[in-house]
Amino acid sequence: MNPVGEGATFALETRALNKSFGALAVTHDVDFRLEKGSRQALIGPNGAGKTTFVNLVSGALAPSGGQIFIAGEEVTAFQQARRVKLGLARTFQINTLFRGLSVLENVCLAIGERLGAGGRLFRPAGARRDVIESAYLLLERLNLAEDAGRPVRELPYGRQRLVEIAIALGLEPKVLLLDEPAAGVPSTESGIIIEVIESLPADLALLIIEHDMDLVFRLAHRITVMVQGSILTEGTPREIAADFRVREVYLGERARR
Amino acid sequence: MGGYFSAVISIAFHGTAFAMVLYLVSVGLSVTMGLMGFVNLAHGVFAAAGGYVMTTLLNDYNVPFPAAVVLAAIAVGLASIVLERTLYRRFYGGAELDQVLMTIGLIFMSIAVAKYIWGPSQQPMQPPSYLSGHFDIAGRDFPTYRSFIIAAGAVVVTVLWLGLDRTRLGAKIRAAVDNRRMAQSVGINTSGLFSFTFALGTGLAALGGALGAEILPIFPGYSLDHLIYFLIVVAVGGLGTIRGPFFAAMLLGISDTAFKYLLPEFGSFFIYALTLVVLLWRPKGLFGQTGRA
Amino acid sequence: MTDASQRETLLARKLAAAPPAPSSPAVLALSRRHRFRPLEALPWIAAAFGFFAFPDYLSLGAQVFITILFALSADLIIGYTGIVTLGQAAFFGTGAYTCGILAAHGWTEPLSLLIFGTAAGALVGFLSGFVVLRTQGLTQLMLTLIVAIMLQEGANKATDLTGGANGLQGMEIAPILGLFNFDLFGRVAYLYCLAILFLGWLALRMIVHSPFGRSLTGIRESEARMHAIGSPVFRRRLLAYTISAAVAGAAGVLLAETTQVVALDALGFDRSGGVLIMLIIGGVGRLYGAFVGVPLYMIAQDRLAQQDPIYWYFWIGLFLLLIVLFARGGVLGLIDKLRRRWVR
Repeated sequence: MNPVGEGATFALETRALNKSFGALAVTHDVDFRLEKGSRQALIGPNGAGKTTFVNLVSGALAPSGGQIFIAGEEVTAFQQARRVKLGLARTFQINTLFRGLSVLENVCLAIGERLGAGGRLFRPAGARRDVIESAYLLLERLNLAEDAGRPVRELPYGRQRLVEIAIALGLEPKVLLLDEPAAGVPSTESGIIIEVIESLPADLALLIIEHDMDLVFRLAHRITVMVQGSILTEGTPREIAADFRVREVYLGERARR
Repeated sequence: MGGYFSAVISIAFHGTAFAMVLYLVSVGLSVTMGLMGFVNLAHGVFAAAGGYVMTTLLNDYNVPFPAAVVLAAIAVGLASIVLERTLYRRFYGGAELDQVLMTIGLIFMSIAVAKYIWGPSQQPMQPPSYLSGHFDIAGRDFPTYRSFIIAAGAVVVTVLWLGLDRTRLGAKIRAAVDNRRMAQSVGINTSGLFSFTFALGTGLAALGGALGAEILPIFPGYSLDHLIYFLIVVAVGGLGTIRGPFFAAMLLGISDTAFKYLLPEFGSFFIYALTLVVLLWRPKGLFGQTGRA
Repeated sequence: MTDASQRETLLARKLAAAPPAPSSPAVLALSRRHRFRPLEALPWIAAAFGFFAFPDYLSLGAQVFITILFALSADLIIGYTGIVTLGQAAFFGTGAYTCGILAAHGWTEPLSLLIFGTAAGALVGFLSGFVVLRTQGLTQLMLTLIVAIMLQEGANKATDLTGGANGLQGMEIAPILGLFNFDLFGRVAYLYCLAILFLGWLALRMIVHSPFGRSLTGIRESEARMHAIGSPVFRRRLLAYTISAAVAGAAGVLLAETTQVVALDALGFDRSGGVLIMLIIGGVGRLYGAFVGVPLYMIAQDRLAQQDPIYWYFWIGLFLLLIVLFARGGVLGLIDKLRRRWVR
């Protein structure tokens, strides 16, 4: 059901999102909004709850309270797969790939699911040339084409990271959550990630968790700062860079000396 | 009315004795499964081994009963360390199928070896004279040996609970069960801990097999025949706990005795159905933790 | 760095690349993987050869085919979907007893019995899968075992229906299609079981190469990833479990029809455990592992168990340990390794 509200609906929205493990509260009352077409970054010190937030939004984790909306539709009770069908895609902080399968097939599985062909029983997967070729084109975009036939586990970690992104892109999402996409990627390859992100469709809403500040300031139009499970502040890169609270949180005791 | 009461007492008594045996054998399995994450279907082999060693010492070498039992438990516990370090260790963190097949292989080999050495029939087990016979409480006859089993079981349970809760070693084990990697990074020697806990578990199983030989007779197919009951105790109780298997064993022991007494035409069917229901309601067992196994 | 110009170049590249299709070797390999290869005819040629070359062993041959079909059903769920089950015999026995009970009550037409038994297996698979697949780890393993043991205990006690510990014996089975009577030499049994095995294999091969089958492998490799690409994991697993149970049920019916005896061992742990061993010997998750592992196991069992059952238990136990330690991929895995060494 569409929430009562004026103006455009957001690509992604959470209201009073909460998560506790027993007595330990990891996400506090998070009100978050991601607009269509935005390029937003989520930053914060380690353990701030950023990945937990992504897990809650994607459905990998069930919240203790609050609501989640995708394009205005409430998805709080939906399973992960259903949220994906509504246009949400995510990458994992640690590579979560089909290690025994080829790079090409990893992406084919994603594209197949998107096209609704994932559950077909009666014709071979190989007959879907459209799926395979779309997957290959995607790999070309990410400079992975030469490894298309190799099992993922044979690739160096950094290139596996690119496969992680390829899978998410294969889902042609409307909301894309990238959890530290550049982590582990050698600097020679990280240029591709920037290229890919910059060439994403204009109406796609992107939320990227990153520690690499150069990447963040280059790509993000808006930054959200999360500390200990709550949002500290939000704003443009310049505002955030100037915000003394942010500096304090990051530099901590050094700033107080 | 007197008939009902009598039946209830009888079921409670024999059920508890059975439960104690099940507990002694299964508690080690619960802890090692929770600690090493290893599906050890061959756990019953150690119980049977305890039974065989004890009966051999008792019958062939005239070793007094208490010594035979203790020696059996210690011997099996120590021998199992060898097996753990050479064989089991390779499969920690491995595929479930590998662990299942490896332990099935051990079961098969043990059945063949037992049949070869001791023959296919049950090992005779005669409790010593001071533990035989009956004694009288409030006009009812209670078999002495089974009372002894209950008492011995209660002592072991208490020692285990205290040991796990109060000692540093117990704390280390609990920590490692809860989060293995974390425990390692805090400096706990998980490798030595595993071997020790494995030996403790198999030693207890051997104790259970030896003491319980009167209820669960020792024969070559022991480990396979009773496997399902040991697994039920562990699964229903919850992995990696000491409390869990106790309550599960009591539940299983008493209901099994009750069903076999009241509805013998159905055999163990109700036990399995009960297990199914419990596992559906609590997939991690009654006392299972949500932590990593 | 504008969005528009970047996307235009991307589009241009796509158009340039699209027709003719990119003939990358990876793309070609993936699109051709399901094609029949000449080597796949080998088992069937061997079976045809066996019919003429070993006329005294046709009954044994039929049993081998039945066991291969059963092993294929197990491989779908264990090898491809990654669910270890200790109770696959539950479905096999369901099929066998369904056939036996119906036959004992006068329904003797074999092909319809086959359909009923397969359907019964599928039903039991679906119902138990609904329950079992919601759990994981030891609990799941246990539940697979419990389902089989419950059925076995039920069959043991429902003596009126199932013959209890003695089982059902001497059932009459009508001739197949009204023409082919089960003869003493096992000729009809051999060809009948071969035909059903062929159909079953064809169906499983199709399933394994389908998008559904590939998604099962995905679920096995990374369940988390499958959820994250929108795959209905539970539904897929349940369907795989049900199909596997159906095929196992079919194999059970064949056993009942060819031996005209159904006993408790159709549901027993020996059968469930045995099929695991056969698969690991041949190679798990490879479709052809069953074709290799089953005959090897059954021949070995025939030879060794005759001498002394004790020897059999010991050697198969030892063999199992050695395989799991040193030759995890089974015979087919070893062949693969040798092939790779040769290529280099």
